[in-house]
Amino acid sequence: MARIAGNDLPKNKRGVIGLTYIYGVGRSRAHEILQKAGIDDNTKVNDWTDENVRTIAKMLQDDYKVEGQLRSEVQMNIKRMMDIGCYRGLRHRKGLPVRGQRTQTNARTRKGRKKTVANKKKATK
Amino acid sequence: MARSVKKGPYVFHKLMDKVLKAKDAKKKSVIKTWSRASMVIPDMVGETIAVHNGKIHVPVFITENMVGHKLGEFAPTRTYKGHSGNRK
Repeated sequence: MARIAGNDLPKNKRGVIGLTYIYGVGRSRAHEILQKAGIDDNTKVNDWTDENVRTIAKMLQDDYKVEGQLRSEVQMNIKRMMDIGCYRGLRHRKGLPVRGQRTQTNARTRKGRKKTVANKKKATK
Repeated sequence: MARSVKKGPYVFHKLMDKVLKAKDAKKKSVIKTWSRASMVIPDMVGETIAVHNGKIHVPVFITENMVGHKLGEFAPTRTYKGHSGNRK
């Protein structure tokens, strides 16, 4: 079982897919990494040799920002925006969509579950 | 689409003049501007710029972190204080 970049245990999937279980690695990066390591995309994670696992782990550590490091960087960026009080920071603070989406309806991902307002008038036809 | 690097950051020319003047003057005074689209450049750090929000000029003290943002981002154009029932 491969253990790369902290506690990630991709299972018996194709190599490219397995690598995407790591935060910060998507399909294109997974492909890039495997190509550099000289492993076929279709090789199952189970079939990697220890040597393979080591080269991949090393590559991830040296050349890419993944997992905790990446997460904290993202958090830092958000915090920076909140601190300087720019528009995007304000939106983050209020928990509203940041990129100009509508909020009259939808935006439930950011706003959380619907809060029903008592006696709110239904729009009349 | 991002702005061409060749052109450099956009700063309204009259604002640019004022900023440079204020920098030399060494005396802090608020610079009023309507140019919300101007980018914050390193020369502005330490100045207070009053950015128009459509109604008034909102004073914004420029810090180093703000470089690269547009002035308008710091002067919200809408007021929304929440609904009457929402206590938080």
